Amino acid sequence: MDLYEYQARDMFEKHGVPVLAGEVATTAEEARAAAERIGGVVVVKAQVKVGGRGKAGGVKVAKTPDEAESHARAILGMDIKGHTVQRVMIAQGADIAEEYYVSFLLDRSNRTWLAMASREGGVEIETLAVERPEALARISVDALAGVDAAKAAEIAAAAGFEGELTDKVAHVLEKLWTVLVEEDATLVEVNPLVSTGSGDVLALDGKVTLDENADFRQADHADLVDSSAEDPLEQAAKEKGLNYVKLDGAVGIIGNGAGLVMSTLDVVAQAGEKHGGVKPANFLDIGGGASAEVMANGLEIIISDAQVNSVFVNVFGGITSCDAVANGIVSAFELLASRGEHVTKPLVVRLDGNNAELGRSILTEAALPGVEQVDTMDGAADRAAELAAS
Amino acid sequence: MAIFLTGTSKVVVQGMTGSEGRKHTQRMLTSGTAVVGGVTPGKGGQSVDFTGADGSPVQLPVFDSVGEAMSATGADTTVIFVPARFTRGAVLEAVEAQIPLAVVITEGVPVKDSAEFYQLAANSGTTRLVGPNCPGLISPGLANAGIIPADITKAGPIGLVSKSGTLTYQMMYELRDLGFTTCVGIGGDPVIGTTHIDCLEAFEADPDTKAVVMIGEIGGDAEERAAAYIKDHVTKPVVGYVAGFTAPEGKTMGHAGAIVSGSAGTAAAKAEALEAVGVRVGRTPSETARLMREIITAG
Repeated sequence: MDLYEYQARDMFEKHGVPVLAGEVATTAEEARAAAERIGGVVVVKAQVKVGGRGKAGGVKVAKTPDEAESHARAILGMDIKGHTVQRVMIAQGADIAEEYYVSFLLDRSNRTWLAMASREGGVEIETLAVERPEALARISVDALAGVDAAKAAEIAAAAGFEGELTDKVAHVLEKLWTVLVEEDATLVEVNPLVSTGSGDVLALDGKVTLDENADFRQADHADLVDSSAEDPLEQAAKEKGLNYVKLDGAVGIIGNGAGLVMSTLDVVAQAGEKHGGVKPANFLDIGGGASAEVMANGLEIIISDAQVNSVFVNVFGGITSCDAVANGIVSAFELLASRGEHVTKPLVVRLDGNNAELGRSILTEAALPGVEQVDTMDGAADRAAELAAS
Repeated sequence: MAIFLTGTSKVVVQGMTGSEGRKHTQRMLTSGTAVVGGVTPGKGGQSVDFTGADGSPVQLPVFDSVGEAMSATGADTTVIFVPARFTRGAVLEAVEAQIPLAVVITEGVPVKDSAEFYQLAANSGTTRLVGPNCPGLISPGLANAGIIPADITKAGPIGLVSKSGTLTYQMMYELRDLGFTTCVGIGGDPVIGTTHIDCLEAFEADPDTKAVVMIGEIGGDAEERAAAYIKDHVTKPVVGYVAGFTAPEGKTMGHAGAIVSGSAGTAAAKAEALEAVGVRVGRTPSETARLMREIITAG
C-alpha cells in the first residue's frame, strides 16, 4: 500500500526523520486554519498517489492564510491524472539551498535492500538514473546487518556528500532505515531532501510503500487505508476476503491460483480479439480450496459488475479435485438463491485436472440455468468472449 | 535422477501438528515420500498417526527443534507449513541446523522476514531454500515435498520450474503421459530462495532431464535474467510461458511479487527476452505444452 505524502510525513516524524510542520486538510477552511497555526509562508500540496502534481498545478505557495484558503479551494476537487484531490497538505515553507535524494527500497534482483542517494534531488529519479547514472549512488544493504551509523556514512559518502553535510545526511539515512524496518515498508523515499540556508537537512517530500503481508504485526496500518479512493467492487471483495482486481472488460473471471487466473485473463483477451475486442472484467483468485462459499461470494461480486456480460469459471482440480469444485458451484448457486440473488449472466465453466469427468457430469446433471461447459481453457475462453460480445 | 529432491530424501514437516501440515504430511506419505517426523516447538516427544503408502499405520515422532529431528532421523529436507507470523523463526532455525533443503510453503510472509532468512541461507552455503509462498517440489515416483498433487503425472524426461502453483499443475497434467524428472514451484513472492536460474542450472546438469518448461509471470526481472543465463549456459531445449499480459500497471495480481511497476516487469518484455535467446514461448498454457510435446516426441 502506498501512503499519501502527509501520512509519510507523520511516519517520518514519528521515527525522528527531520521534517517541517505539516497538516492535512479536506476543506479550504481547514486549510486556512492549518496555515494560521503553522504561521509564515506555507505550501498547499495536493495529496494524490501519483507523480506530476506540481506540473498539474497541484502545489502552490501561500504567503498568508487567505492565500492558503484560496489555493486549497482551487486544488481540492482537481483531477490529477484521473485522481480526484480530496485532501491537501499545508506544509511549512522552507528556505531551500540545495535539493538531494535518498531512499531505501527492495532490490528484488539481489534479494536484499538497496540504498540510493544523490546530490541531485528534486527531479524525477527514474530520469536521473537513466540520463546520469553516475550521479546516483546505489549501495546494497545486508538484510541481516541493516544500516548503522557507519553504513549510513558509507552511503552518504558514496553519493558525494562532503564535510558536515555527510553527517547530517547520514543521520537522516539512519532514521529513514528505522522507518523501513519498524514499519515494514518496502520503499521509503525522500525527494527532495533539502539543506536550508541555516544548514538544516530536512525531508520535504516523502513516499512510503507498506508491505501488506506485515499487517498482522502492524495494527496501526489499518488506519492508513483510504477506502474512499478504492473501487467499490474491490472494496466489497476485500471485505469478503477475496483476491480481486477490477479491470475494464466484459468477461467476468473466476479461477483458482494467481498464475492460472492471470493466464486466464490473457487467454480471454486473445480470444476477445476475434469477438470485437472483448476483454476480461476482473482478476479473481478463489484459491486452491474453491469452496462453495468462496465461489458464491466471488460470483456475487462479479455479477454485480454492470460491465460484465458473461462469466468464465476456470478451475484446475489439483489439491481439490474437480468433483468437489463442481459440487461447490452447484452449492454456490443454491447459496446465492437463498440470498435472493440469481445468476442471470451466462456462465462458461471449464473443469480440468483430477476427477475432471466426474466433475463435469455433476454439472451436467445439475443443469444450472445459463451454465455451459467447455473442456479446454482456450475453447472456454473463446466461448465466454463470444457470449460477452453478443 | 531428479534435482534437489530424490528417492533418498528424508523429509520432516515443520508445523506437522497443524491442520494444513497434517493434511499434506498424509498426502506426501501416500505418494511414497519418506516423511520421518515433524517439528513443533513445545510438542517434542508426542507422535502423530498417519497411514503409509501401503495402507499400514505409521506413527511419526514430533521434535522440539529441526536440529533434534535431524539427528534422530537423518532428515535432510524440511517442509515448512507454519503460519506467516512464525515463518521467519522456523526458517532461521532450519538454516541454523544446516538442513540441506528447506521448502517454505507459507503464503503472506513479510518481505523483510524473507530477505533476512534468504540472507542467512545464502551466508550459510548449506541450505537450499525453496519459496516462500510456493507449492514445493516433486520428483514424480520418488518424493514430494510440499502440496503439489502427486497423482497428476509420472516420472519422465521433462524438467519444470514455475512461479505459479496451479500453472504447474496444469502443465504437469497436459504433459502427464510424457512425465517429469522434477517440478519445482519456486513461488510468486518478491524475494524467493531458489530461482529459475538455479533450476535451469540443475536441469542442465541432470542427465535424465531432456528439456525444460519454464513458467514466469509479471513482476521483477527473474525471467530476463533467466534468459541471459540460458543464452550462455543451457544447451537443452527450453520452452517458456509468461502469465500476465493483460495485468494493469501498479496492481498486485494475487502473488505479492506479481506487479508491473511503471514499465518494468511486463509480460511482453519477459516473453521477448526469452524469445531473443531462442526459447519458444507459448501464447497459452496449452500451446506451451504442445511446443514441449513436439520437442520430446521428435526425440
